[in-house]
Amino acid sequence: MDATALLDRYERMNVIRRTEKAAHDLFLRGLVKGTTHLAAGQEAIAVGASAALRPDDYVFATYRGHHHALARGATPEECLAELMSRATGLCKAKGGSMHLTKAATGMLGSYAIVGSHLPMAVGAAWSARLRGTEQLAVAFFGDGATNIGAFHESLNLAAVWKLPVLFVCENNLYMEYTPIADVTAVPRPAADRAPAHGIPGEVVDGNDVEAVEEAVGRLARRARAGDGPAVLEAETYRHFGHSRADPAAYRPAEEVERWLKHDPLDLARGRLTELGVDEETVAGADERARDVVERAVEAAKAAPPPDPREALTDVWADGGAAWRT
Amino acid sequence: MADVITYRDAVAEGIAREMRRDASVVCLGEDIAAAGGVFKTTTGLLEEFGADRVWDTPISEQAIVGAAMGAAMTGMRPVAEIMFSDFLACCWDYLANEIPKVRYMTGGQVTVPLVVRTANGGGLGFGAQHSQATENWALTVPGLKIAAPATPADVTGMLAAAIRSEDPVVFFEHKGLLATKGPPPPPGHVVELGRAAIVREGADVTLVALASTVPLALKAAGVLAGEGIEAEVVDLRCLVPLDAATVLASLGKTSRLVTVEENPYQGGWGATVVSVVADAGFALLDAPVRRVAGECVPLPFADTLEQQVIPTVDKVVTEVRRLAAY
Repeated sequence: MDATALLDRYERMNVIRRTEKAAHDLFLRGLVKGTTHLAAGQEAIAVGASAALRPDDYVFATYRGHHHALARGATPEECLAELMSRATGLCKAKGGSMHLTKAATGMLGSYAIVGSHLPMAVGAAWSARLRGTEQLAVAFFGDGATNIGAFHESLNLAAVWKLPVLFVCENNLYMEYTPIADVTAVPRPAADRAPAHGIPGEVVDGNDVEAVEEAVGRLARRARAGDGPAVLEAETYRHFGHSRADPAAYRPAEEVERWLKHDPLDLARGRLTELGVDEETVAGADERARDVVERAVEAAKAAPPPDPREALTDVWADGGAAWRT
Repeated sequence: MADVITYRDAVAEGIAREMRRDASVVCLGEDIAAAGGVFKTTTGLLEEFGADRVWDTPISEQAIVGAAMGAAMTGMRPVAEIMFSDFLACCWDYLANEIPKVRYMTGGQVTVPLVVRTANGGGLGFGAQHSQATENWALTVPGLKIAAPATPADVTGMLAAAIRSEDPVVFFEHKGLLATKGPPPPPGHVVELGRAAIVREGADVTLVALASTVPLALKAAGVLAGEGIEAEVVDLRCLVPLDAATVLASLGKTSRLVTVEENPYQGGWGATVVSVVADAGFALLDAPVRRVAGECVPLPFADTLEQQVIPTVDKVVTEVRRLAAY
């Protein structure tokens, strides 16, 4: 990857990291209610994969999906307004942190029932093939989703019809609070299971944005060519606990330290230096990212709350919610 | 077309008509293609439309309904079959958490125009895990439309409306009605969802029925007519949207209400109909309401036991007699 491309990926990851930090700060100040599941530390997967996709490809994500929404075209302002329950939120403040969706740019949703979206991605890939569009569907999911039935049903269904779908596992070592290794019989919960369904399973350093982009691009070309689905297991680490309520005290200190040293932003910055990009240029990207997010925070804070009448809209296609005549 | 058509054939006819009309209509489910469906409700579809549009799936209920959802979100109009309605429990996440919520929680960004068809109900001795009437399960979920036709023409006409609907529809085909016959649907037949039908007029009592209980209520009305009691029979056709206006208008004539439902009394749709009447039409009533419903037990196997549990003509007649004497 050349320096210009990498600087672009770096800046995108930086925007996501800063948006996550803003969400965290706003929560502590009482401006974000409910909970958030931050993806800080996992930015390289969203940014690398998105860079390898076509604008009209479909993406399905999980409740830990801020990074995917941002990588797929949602703005920090829309996302933060959604978290802050503002009328200008991405989903009109009806979705919240766990349901960031921007259908217009192919970000077809963040689903908070673990693994539920994998079959949806299979269906979207089926639809793309029926319509002859060569679009790809990508399901991002956590390691915890690999032990639910829908994971296996989806891999089999996608394989049996050779559908253009990629299953990208963000293995951050913990399913909620429990190490995935404690509850799973194989070391690579996604990649090791793929061959049992007739699908190639690869492992990639999920904190290396270049490696993720290369792998997703290669598997995407293969799927578009009609060679069927693939599983990509991206090894990564979340900087925070499972959710706001979780200080993640169960994680060994040396493990945390090891992974924080393997931060995707630091890795990209180091690689930029290797490519001869000067510090000033990198600092410029940092500054642009900071400005975008600071302005987003202020705009979201200034936005109005939703009209209470909105509560009774958007159930049906006619815009209403009536269930009887 | 012949003078009569079976309910079973009306299903395949209804799907085929929509598949001919709209290339985005596709089917998926277990044994629906070469086998023509275990109930022969998809016979001929594979031959006419090919394997791309009529997809035999593995036994993977979550993937069937989840994939239908993904396809519906991206420009197709899938018709998914879940073989027995009892198996809806295997993919309940999609019916309770995913399909009906996604439009709302995305602020109206995503549309899910799909139909989940399923064979519902008892009376055939299939035992506790293949006999339940489960339409009341779906009734607990905001965001699902619920259709349950009673006649062959309604099957085809309501399938047309369901497949063309931008909203998700759960379509209950009653197993006990599959072999019944009726007038064939005219060309282009569409029965709008949420429109009940008065299938027998009467001035003394309103029987509100759905799917299998419609012919049951009509038989009971025949018996009662011999005793001088004229029952009006309302075929609800849909639970969502619920045609409360037709029920209330009928009560305006009869002032007495009996609901006849196959699902268990506990949590059954009759309770919702009754509560709407109590709320919006209490002054129309001259007598207490009655509900004939399934017992709150799993469906037993033996005919004599099953008949004890599900509504019968005798049970309806008995309730109406008590009400007429009030």
